[in-house]
Amino acid sequence: MRPLTEAETRAVFEKLQRYIGENIQLLVDRPDGTYCFRLHRDRVFYLSEKLLKVAASVPRDNLVSPGTCFGKFTKTQKFRLSVTALDFLAPYAKYKVWVKPGSEQSFLYGNHVLKSGLGRITENTAQYQGVVVYSMADVPLGFGVAAKSTQECRKVDPMAIVVFHQADVGEYVRSEDTLT
Amino acid sequence: VEDVLAAAEEQEAEKRRSVTVEKELELEFDLGNLLALDRNPPPAAGLRGAGPRREAQLRALARDNTQLLVARLWQLPAERAGGPGGPLVARLPEPAFRLPREKPPPRPRPPTRWEQFARLKGIRRRKRTALVWDEQAKEWRRRWGYRRAGGDPARAWLAEVPAGADPQEDQFAQLRREKRERVARNELNRLRNLARAHRAATTVPAAPLHPTGHQSREELGHVARVARVSTASLGRFQPRLPKEPAEPPSRSGGKKRRFEPLLGNLAAERGRQLELLRDMNSKKPVLDITRAVNKQLRQEEAEAAAAKGKKQSQRGKRGRRRQHVGRSGKKSG
Repeated sequence: MRPLTEAETRAVFEKLQRYIGENIQLLVDRPDGTYCFRLHRDRVFYLSEKLLKVAASVPRDNLVSPGTCFGKFTKTQKFRLSVTALDFLAPYAKYKVWVKPGSEQSFLYGNHVLKSGLGRITENTAQYQGVVVYSMADVPLGFGVAAKSTQECRKVDPMAIVVFHQADVGEYVRSEDTLT
Repeated sequence: VEDVLAAAEEQEAEKRRSVTVEKELELEFDLGNLLALDRNPPPAAGLRGAGPRREAQLRALARDNTQLLVARLWQLPAERAGGPGGPLVARLPEPAFRLPREKPPPRPRPPTRWEQFARLKGIRRRKRTALVWDEQAKEWRRRWGYRRAGGDPARAWLAEVPAGADPQEDQFAQLRREKRERVARNELNRLRNLARAHRAATTVPAAPLHPTGHQSREELGHVARVARVSTASLGRFQPRLPKEPAEPPSRSGGKKRRFEPLLGNLAAERGRQLELLRDMNSKKPVLDITRAVNKQLRQEEAEAAAAKGKKQSQRGKRGRRRQHVGRSGKKSG
């Protein structure tokens, strides 16, 4: 386990900014405790200072997952956000997409969101903007990238993709072994 | 049976043949070193390249030369060592061939402090005699060692208290202490001389700067770097040259990555991250062209929709109801 270097922190923040914008400050600077990011075996973890002190005494080979895993760095040092970060992204999300009950399951199986399944979408969503996907009952299902801006969403035909799937809570069941 | 006899005869003949060796040039022998020098030219064809043929040829050459050497050894005067029943031993002559050095010759070491002083003052080394006349014992005794002159401890039974010393002080202990200090100082100086010699041997002389006109960029950079580090603080407080990059050279030469400590100052870390965020946000353009364009388009659409709606309302309620059926499922907040 080690702290992130400057370049790594930049990569992580840039990725997070795509989804929660300037609300990252609320993650970095929390009123209810000191939280920090640490890197362990190419995975970025978000944990409190108290937990960090305890995890520091665990040997590296035996340590599986300190705190919450936000994502991992790929072999070419690109940061990939994983679904385990959803709990922290959802409250601060700037651009949200609500999905109709009928196509909820489709999204949870890993498919993209089509125009026919689109319930609501926040105004001013730009194209390729990071969005958090909710069900109609305001339960966060996952996150993705808007394939079309809000304007275009209105005009496009029902079978077109409006949100590219990136991560969903169904992964907890599908890829149970590979999630940290 | 005849075949067997013929084979046995052939073997014997071969043995006898192999004792005599014919060579163009006679070998040079140095029997004191058991050395035989063969100046005959080697069979040129076979020695090129590795292979079993070459091996066989070399082996035959070695066998022939060894045969000649052994034949010479048998010609030496021999005797029986350790009485009549002992082994036959040949008396070897003195070795004539000078063998080359095994290790390189010792390089000249820098002169010690005393040697420098002696050279300066012109002091020469005087040969000391091995024996000294001992007045008390009235005989010649050796200078140091067993029964040396004046070294008998029983003789030094008196140690005078010097004029300014404390009368209660133990003078014998004082003498012993001084001797110990002298020995220690001598040892220290000896080690210092050794260290100086070792340091002089280890340092590589730095490549000097070319005379003006021929300096390359790398040479100048290198010399500037060396000059910077040649201060007492190893260049830490040295002001940088105008265009020198402000990067402190890593002590490991850039090989090992170093990370922040795991549980370092968390408040400072948070501060750094917030600053990084501020930098990132400041670099983003405040006016996003696409969004501005989209906003404009949306406004125009809204105006167009409002205008259309007014026209519809003039026509009647029926027209409007038909229009809005398709759009009820969407809510653009």
